[in-house]
Amino acid sequence: MYRTTNILESNTQSSSLGETGYMVINVGPQHPATHGVLHLVITLSGETIINVEPHLGYIHRSIEKMCESLTYRQFIYTTSRMDYLSSHINNHCCALSVEKGLQIEIPDRAKYIRIILDELTRLASHQLWWGAMAMDIGAITPFFYAFREREMINDIMEETCGARLTMNYMVPGGVMFDLHANFQKRVKEFIAFFKTKIDEYDEILTGNVIFQNRMKGVGILSKEDAISYGCTGPTARGSGVNCDVRKLYPYEIYNNIQFDEITATGCDSFARYEVRMKEMMQSLSIVEQLIDNIPEGDFQAKTKAVLKLPKGEFYTRVETARGEFGVYIVSEGATTPYRIKFRSPGFSNLSALNHMAKGSKIGDLVAIMGSIDLVIPDIDR
Amino acid sequence: MTNEELKLFLSEKFPSLIIEEGNEWLTYYTEANEWKFLANELRNNTSLQFNFLFCLTCIDWKTHLTMVYHLTSTSLKHTIVIKSKLNKEKPEIETVCDIWRTAEFHEREVYDLFGVQFLNHPDLRRLLLTDDWKGHPLLKDYEDPINMIKL
Repeated sequence: MYRTTNILESNTQSSSLGETGYMVINVGPQHPATHGVLHLVITLSGETIINVEPHLGYIHRSIEKMCESLTYRQFIYTTSRMDYLSSHINNHCCALSVEKGLQIEIPDRAKYIRIILDELTRLASHQLWWGAMAMDIGAITPFFYAFREREMINDIMEETCGARLTMNYMVPGGVMFDLHANFQKRVKEFIAFFKTKIDEYDEILTGNVIFQNRMKGVGILSKEDAISYGCTGPTARGSGVNCDVRKLYPYEIYNNIQFDEITATGCDSFARYEVRMKEMMQSLSIVEQLIDNIPEGDFQAKTKAVLKLPKGEFYTRVETARGEFGVYIVSEGATTPYRIKFRSPGFSNLSALNHMAKGSKIGDLVAIMGSIDLVIPDIDR
Repeated sequence: MTNEELKLFLSEKFPSLIIEEGNEWLTYYTEANEWKFLANELRNNTSLQFNFLFCLTCIDWKTHLTMVYHLTSTSLKHTIVIKSKLNKEKPEIETVCDIWRTAEFHEREVYDLFGVQFLNHPDLRRLLLTDDWKGHPLLKDYEDPINMIKL
């Protein structure tokens, strides 16, 4: 019943806002389906969405301003608090940008450890997304399935770096300390276990007719629009854009690893769903390739106690679970950055929400929002 | 196009652009009032096709502000950085959100945190802070004794 949508002409939007007959409702900032403090003001004509306007800033901490008074060793810790589901990857990007500025060559062991942890993080993030999105749509069971497997990754993380959410394990020069003795054994156990479970994911949800009816044909985002709105990650890849930073601008050892960039051409919520499900398999395969081949040696390069980036500007990007995360550092040669800009994937992806939701029914909004996988602290920064 | 080809092409087409050396990508300075024309060309010229604005930000240099636009082409795989110096007292530049849609949010953010006026922007309001907020926090001279940001 949600699939018959009338796309309204875009020019009716501005002229008819505020006229009688339209209803304005607020979703959030405290709403279970927004996964955080996002506030959407939705204008409706009956059940049809005329306009969705995101109101941001409920968790804005001005991290960019804070970083201007933090040293290059300290500012990394703030980035764990942005996209908390990809904290390893955010830390990785910051470490990379400092290493790029100082031209530090890090040991191979550190590179392998970083990539393995990045991919485990991506897996854990996609698992949480899968469970949470299914719950938004109305399926409760997947949430428990997803958390059962995610718990194993969290345990591995806890043993490795002492934290389960804000890792702060990657530092300029390598990683903070060496791997735990159990690491390889436990990761292998997880891989063997998860391989038997990923089919269950498909069985319980992907093939479900009700679920497919909810997801297919909603939230259409064409390829041109995805690029124009600056979408990256699975959101853009579901519209057929080749934007995987790991393939386009390989960092660390990604150019030596066998994996595929997953794209889909459906352009709808289901396409984005498919991309993430297949990405989980790719991440699993990357971890499998590396876990037995971690080279021996140092886990951290020797760096100076006080880091000073040379005068200039440095842009570094990595692929987080949500898309391209960029760090733009402007340095004046001091111990603190002159200006830092974090290009967060969620911010750009959210800007396309209005375009995707316009003309759909109100019931589809959750299916659209779930498929772009928003993490609010990442958007607000 | 490689950086060299791009450099040659742009120097013929836009002789008024000033190049900044020493960066990873080609970096050019443009005048604020020529930016809109340049942006249209960068987006629509068939041999340039910069269709992806992946970063838009501003820097406060105390004497002036600098807008920074990072552009790349998803089909031709080249990247360019365009900067534009703005007057500190009255920072104004044309919006580009009709060329790259993502600019609408990013420009609102820059307006919010730096106070840059984007001319002809359809909906220029504060994005992250509340509507009645005083001042623009990312400016270097911004001080707020109640909400301390500096650590």
